[in-house]
Amino acid sequence: MHPALSVILFTTLSGAGYGLAFVLALGHGNPGALSTKIAWFVALALIAIGLISSTFHLGNPQRAWRAFSQWRTSWLSREGVMAVLTFIPLTLLAAMSVFNDSFHIGLGYLGGIMCAITVYCTAMIYGSMRTVATWHTGWTAASYLAFSLTTGTAIYLTAFGPAAGSDSNVIWIWLAIVFIAIAWLIKYMWVRRGQAVGFGESTMESATGLGGIGKVRLLERPHMMGNYLTNEMAFRIARKHESKLWRIALVLGVILPIALFVLAIALPSANLFFSGVATLSLLAGVFLERWLFFATARHAVGLYYGGDEALVPAE
Amino acid sequence: MADREIELSEPLGEKHSTTCYMCACRCGINVYLKPGENGEKSVRYIEGNRDHPVNQGVLCAKGSAGIMQHYSPARLKAPMIRVGPRGSGEFKEISWEEALQTAVDWMGPLKEDPKKLAFFTGRDQSQSLTSWWAQQFGTPNYAAHGGFCSVNMAAAGIYTIGGAFWEFGSPDWERTKLFVMFGVAEDHDSNPIKIGIGKLKKNGGRFVSVNPVRTGYSAVADNWLGIRPGTDGLLILSVIHELFRTRQIDLDYLIRYSNAPFLVIDAPGTAQHGLIARDKNGVELIWDSAKKKAVPHTTKGVVPNLTAEVSVTQGRKKVKARPVFTLLAEEYSKAEYAPEAIAPQTGIAAETIRGLAAEIAHVAFQEEITIEQEWVDMKGEKHDRFIGRPVSMHAMRGISAHSNGFQTCRALHVLQVLIGSVDCPGGFRCKPSYPKPYTAHPKPHARNAKGDTGPLAGPHLGYPHGPEDLALDDDGNPLRIDKAFTWDAPLSAHGMMHMVIANAHAGDPYKIDTLFMYMANMAWNSSMNTRGVIDMLTDKTEDGDYVIPHIIYSDAYNSEMVSYSDLILPDTTYLERHDCISLLDRPCSEPEAVVDSIRWPVVEPNRDVRGFQSVVLDLGARLGLPGMVNEDGSAKFKDYADYMVNHERKPGIGPLAGYRGKDGDKAGRGEPNPDQLERYKENGSFSMTHLPEDALFFKHANKSYQDFAVDMGFFDAPQPVTFNLYLEVLQKFRLAAQGHGDVQPPDRLRGRIETTFNPLPTWYAPFEGADLGERTEKEFPYHALTQRPMAMYHSWGSQNAWLRQIHTKNPLYVPSAICDAKGLEDGDWAWVTSWHGKIKVEIARMEAVNDHTMWTWNAIGKRRGAWALDKDAPEATKGFLLNHLMNELLPPRKDGYRWANSDPITGQAAWYDLRVNIEKAEAGAEVSEPVIPAQKTSDKSPNEIRYGLEWTK
Amino acid sequence: MTSLPTQTNKKLGLVIDLDTCVGCHACVINCKEWNTSGYGTALSDQDPYGANPVGAWLNRIHTFEVTPMAHSAKPRGQGVGEVIGTAGEARVVHFPKSCLHCEDAPCVTVCPTGASYKREEDGIVLVDEDKCIGCGLCAWGCAYGAREMDAAAGVMKKCTLCIDRIYNEELEEIDRQPACVRTCPAGARHFGDLADPNSDVSVLVKERGGFDLMPEQGTKPVNKYLPPRARTDLGVGRSFEAAEESTENADGLLGWIDRALSGTTRSKGAR
Ligand SMILES: Nc1nc2c(c(=O)[nH]1)N[C@H]1C(S)=C(S)[C@@H](COP(=O)(O)OP(=O)(O)OC[C@H]3O[C@@H](n4cnc5c(=O)[nH]c(N)nc54)[C@H](O)[C@@H]3O)O[C@H]1N2
Ligand SMILES: Nc1nc2c(c(=O)[nH]1)N[C@H]1C(S)=C(S)[C@@H](COP(=O)(O)OP(=O)(O)OC[C@H]3O[C@@H](n4cnc5c(=O)[nH]c(N)nc54)[C@H](O)[C@@H]3O)O[C@H]1N2
Ligand code: SF4
Ligand code: SF4
Ligand code: SF4
Ligand code: SF4
Ligand code: SF4
Ligand SMILES: [Mo]
Repeated sequence: MHPALSVILFTTLSGAGYGLAFVLALGHGNPGALSTKIAWFVALALIAIGLISSTFHLGNPQRAWRAFSQWRTSWLSREGVMAVLTFIPLTLLAAMSVFNDSFHIGLGYLGGIMCAITVYCTAMIYGSMRTVATWHTGWTAASYLAFSLTTGTAIYLTAFGPAAGSDSNVIWIWLAIVFIAIAWLIKYMWVRRGQAVGFGESTMESATGLGGIGKVRLLERPHMMGNYLTNEMAFRIARKHESKLWRIALVLGVILPIALFVLAIALPSANLFFSGVATLSLLAGVFLERWLFFATARHAVGLYYGGDEALVPAE
Repeated sequence: MADREIELSEPLGEKHSTTCYMCACRCGINVYLKPGENGEKSVRYIEGNRDHPVNQGVLCAKGSAGIMQHYSPARLKAPMIRVGPRGSGEFKEISWEEALQTAVDWMGPLKEDPKKLAFFTGRDQSQSLTSWWAQQFGTPNYAAHGGFCSVNMAAAGIYTIGGAFWEFGSPDWERTKLFVMFGVAEDHDSNPIKIGIGKLKKNGGRFVSVNPVRTGYSAVADNWLGIRPGTDGLLILSVIHELFRTRQIDLDYLIRYSNAPFLVIDAPGTAQHGLIARDKNGVELIWDSAKKKAVPHTTKGVVPNLTAEVSVTQGRKKVKARPVFTLLAEEYSKAEYAPEAIAPQTGIAAETIRGLAAEIAHVAFQEEITIEQEWVDMKGEKHDRFIGRPVSMHAMRGISAHSNGFQTCRALHVLQVLIGSVDCPGGFRCKPSYPKPYTAHPKPHARNAKGDTGPLAGPHLGYPHGPEDLALDDDGNPLRIDKAFTWDAPLSAHGMMHMVIANAHAGDPYKIDTLFMYMANMAWNSSMNTRGVIDMLTDKTEDGDYVIPHIIYSDAYNSEMVSYSDLILPDTTYLERHDCISLLDRPCSEPEAVVDSIRWPVVEPNRDVRGFQSVVLDLGARLGLPGMVNEDGSAKFKDYADYMVNHERKPGIGPLAGYRGKDGDKAGRGEPNPDQLERYKENGSFSMTHLPEDALFFKHANKSYQDFAVDMGFFDAPQPVTFNLYLEVLQKFRLAAQGHGDVQPPDRLRGRIETTFNPLPTWYAPFEGADLGERTEKEFPYHALTQRPMAMYHSWGSQNAWLRQIHTKNPLYVPSAICDAKGLEDGDWAWVTSWHGKIKVEIARMEAVNDHTMWTWNAIGKRRGAWALDKDAPEATKGFLLNHLMNELLPPRKDGYRWANSDPITGQAAWYDLRVNIEKAEAGAEVSEPVIPAQKTSDKSPNEIRYGLEWTK
Repeated sequence: MTSLPTQTNKKLGLVIDLDTCVGCHACVINCKEWNTSGYGTALSDQDPYGANPVGAWLNRIHTFEVTPMAHSAKPRGQGVGEVIGTAGEARVVHFPKSCLHCEDAPCVTVCPTGASYKREEDGIVLVDEDKCIGCGLCAWGCAYGAREMDAAAGVMKKCTLCIDRIYNEELEEIDRQPACVRTCPAGARHFGDLADPNSDVSVLVKERGGFDLMPEQGTKPVNKYLPPRARTDLGVGRSFEAAEESTENADGLLGWIDRALSGTTRSKGAR
């Protein structure tokens, strides 16, 4: 699949925003602290930026409101509806913090659950696609949720937690390290499955129904140059680039953040610096992970364009 | 839940019927016009006309893309005169008056030495006009594109059965049970063949395709014979061998309709050897078994003998003679034609060849069909029914575009005759005005009727009967610039357009002044050796003048050829002009009906352009050509429409056969009808006259048909056809090569004529491979071909925004075996070399192809800057022409002489004789080579098209 | 509403004969021509004369090569003794593809706006372009590549089954069929109601073993494809030897011809 920047930004940023909001909604951070107030603002801003950027790839963004109508069947619609609904408790909580220095535990739990559901809906836009076998698994939602929580936690502990008079910063960092490990473990499961599953059950033979005759290969495309479908769906990165990029993602998303977080614990005086760099590195890693999430996915349509052999190579 | 309301019944607009010209198939179309944003009527939709006999409602990709052709940004806008050097593309727009005056200034003086004008037209469908014009001008130098196209097929057909494929005949699609197709990718009969294959499939018939490449039609064939190029002759003769061996031959049919019983003189070394024995009146003799004597073949009630060795009196001498059939049987029974013997050369297993012969014989003779209909033959004999042998065949350039093509095409027709399937139910059927024996066609004319100027004595093109009909002057030099009808190509019935530029450049046989061309991209895809031709067109003399002094060209679009011309006469598009698809020319009849058709301006041109035919008539009038001016010197015809209605070739016979006579109720013959064009338009722009029921088959010998043909004005007296299994015309040339007769070939050609002019179909190796000798297998072990893409018409498709998305560039398809041997992978770039040239191309791997043969789509490669395309359009940067690898001449022979890369009999260009090698290219720029610098253009092309937006809500 | 109808009254669709399609692209261009000024907005083309021309199309022809693995590889439901191909001898199949108007159309259920819907009346899957936001999700949801975004209008285009032809009262009855079907020169495309077991298309599907594309996707396409027919090798089952002594030389033949013409032997043409 073509890794569209707007969609990657949307999923990573709003994911981080919901993660942060989730942490706050569970009651972390002193509602009266300035940093908590800022944290609420940042969470809402990340969510909003993510959502806005998601409209960039729409052909007719002025009609985006219509996307709320089909929540009964469409995960995208559900995601939109949930995003809006989730804004209600989150905005209330933020307002309580900003204007009233207060917090409401019931509303907080509601908001937290709704954050999780919204992220789940986002994940299910992809996870429900039977056409993309790599995505069509529970691991997709699991990894979206895990990365959302991990990035949210990292931002919280780095930028806001200490100042908001939260519990021990060290515990938060250990928590973040555990989250990172879990998130990437889930990702590992996802990747392993993804590499095995490829196009899923579908093959060029089933796509053409010609398997009864023999082995099928594409001789000629319908049109010589690329088209919407090949540009959108038949995007491919070379295997060797793929593993290189995964390695970079792991360095940025696992090794560096964990190492830096450990350093942050070890050198409290430079805590902010190390945590900060760790979080940025983590975000970069997740960004790359998201890029690969799209770029490595094989859409069934690719089978009509030659399967892996003839997909449009990434330049 | 109720479905949403949507508006579903939008009117389509005004319907106008005319004839498509996105190719030469001539389908009927309905063009719907709707007012656009500015109120001007634009084309909303083009569909096939259901009532039209050619396409019966369907429309091909090109036809459906007519909108984009008609609104192409590459359309020429006004007459132009060259201001930069030739090839630069720098022009100045001028008025029509200036343009016509310039043309007259150049051509007028040439009337004193008319051969200095060469008028050659490409995919011309108005040849009866253009050839007449050239004839009136008095130049011997006229032809259309047939010589480089498929003259082998046409000439072999006319000489053998008085008909040929495509325009001249087609399979009986309704009834055929076995259809064998040789070397066809698309053909002119584009829609009819597809409709036919669809019918065949529905009826459960079998379709066999003989073709090195398995795409298109071949992809749906029941049996694919992936033959090695240039060897079909062997395959066909081997099938004939098998039919003889197993006695699967329609003797009755042969005796009735062919020259099988004709007696051939057997007097080696004499001037009579191999000629057909004749009586005093020149009528061919046969041997009557009952009376045991030679009698004219027209005698009634004889029992013709097919095997006798007899003695007949010719002149005052007695000579030995044998029936044609015996010669045939002897020749094809030879072991060299046995399937096992030819399998290695053709690459087709002996078992498959035998299977093909068995299948043909089985269907022809065990699955015979009959139509209960009384009819009378030319001898007056009554028949109760038409007997059909439901085996049909079709072939095109795959067999004709080789230097052994004429003989191969003849072999195919002989095979058809042997099984009795010419013009019978289920077989191949002629389309009227065919069949027409070669003797009823004109002979070629290259001399002026009176002296050295003034009209030519007759039409340029025709069918020679022997050396005496060649277009040679008294010293034996060619009369024509293209050297058609010379010893180089005696039966070049369509001329040799592909030699014109080379000969004019070389001044051989003489220099010309003005080259006037119409509708042929000679500077690009229709020439071999494109790069060399460009050099010839731009070459200058020591004085700094161009070697070919003037080039006048009519095109409708900004093609490559435009940039190499001096004066441009911009044509209209096919929706903007009158055209006439005439029986005088290339009929578009169907086997059961006589059909002709017109085009008319469905939309008016919005540019300063004029229909070429009207311009030609205007020029003719300005030049004062006979037939084009009135006595007072004024123009005789207002325009082409006027000519179509009022011109008469003979009293009562004009360009259009339908709606003649004052009341428009006559067909074929009749006075001009001022309302004629209106009547055509009312009738879908065509006219159709059905044949009588008893005239539908065996037209070559069917009294009712022959009478009908005379009534229609095809001939003035019946012209039955005797199928020439043995072609005496060839023997006459052979005898000359052996030293007999007055008109003698140059010595250098004697040997070649002896071997190739066999009066019985024969096979010899294609020249290019044979000439290169040992180098062939070592240096150029592979064949390279082009195929017509169904969705593109030669070079003109690329300006079409819709079509070009399908074929934006062309890879070279290379058999997997060669890929593996050469380490080539899909998408690699490779150098392809021939003895003459070298090109760099992108390759694609393919399995379903003869493993010695690579191929590509024809004419996709474009020059940068042409056709209103961006300079970096893939057509120019990645697309390519195979033509760079070919040369119009073969490498020098031992005597230093270079043969034309053509069939030695007809001069047909041997496109598919090409031999090549391939090597992976070093890593580097992925740009096809050679790179020809861009031509300048002022065309402005939009960045986006949203055609039809104004009609959507 | 993006919910799918539980059942449609008709199942209008196409049946495409892979044994007859010659890959001519006629249906492709005629579809574009009809639909660029028909239902919905124009089908635009970007960079039409440039280096990277690309446009919106509702129907495209792919070309595949199939290499049989074993000598008598046979397609579904075809006779014995017939071969569909010879091992190793590849064949080419031209493969037209447009929307299959699936019964369980995922493109409809993923649509967030309700622009995509399946008609209860006849099963046609359509896009209501006034509602479409151009999110592209339906194209992701379609395994068949049947949906293409129009880059100029930013709305999703797809085969409408020529709904503005098949019900168009301005057209003659006989022309109320999809543009691609009407134009296909080979007659490889058939249109009809696949819910009616007696319709021509249903009969064809039954007789020829029509199949679904990617049944494993669970979309239940309405359109069906007819497989290449099985074929027999040339000459199989044809007795093909001379009626008499089979001598290789011409003399034997000529003797036979003499007897044939004098009426003592059955001759091919004697009648
Ligand atoms: N390698 C290779 N080369 C080949 C062949 C091959 O098989 N392989 N085939 C050969 C054969 S058979 C042929 S026939 C030739 C064809 O070659 P050409 O006859 O050169 O065919 P086109 O490229 O169609 O060029 C015709 C010209 O007519 C112009 N034209 C189109 N419509 C109109 C019109 O309405 N009015 C006027 N005045 N001009 C118009 C076009 O713009 C174009 O410039 O190519 C030959 N070249
Ligand atoms: N769409 C479209 N239609 C056209 C044209 C076009 O440009 N586009 N051009 C028109 C013109 S001018 C012409 S002349 C006709 C030509 O119509 P075709 O004769 O169909 O033209 P080609 O594409 O030259 O096809 C030649 C076929 O012969 C095969 N072949 C080559 N060598 C051999 C051989 O030695 N033996 C056998 N058995 N096969 C061989 C090739 O693989 C190819 O399939 O088409 C006309 N129709
Ligand atoms: S075959 Fe196609 S392009 Fe040629 S005349 Fe017919 S519809 Fe037009
Ligand atoms: S028009 Fe018919 S034959 Fe041509 S590509 Fe389409 S389905 Fe195939
Ligand atoms: S083919 Fe694709 S677009 Fe058409 S109904 Fe099925 S899923 Fe939807
Ligand atoms: S692109 Fe349009 S039709 Fe497709 S899912 Fe989005 S809104 Fe629905
Ligand atoms: S039914 Fe109509 S819209 Fe669909 S592919 Fe055919 S022509 Fe195109
Ligand atoms: Mo041609």
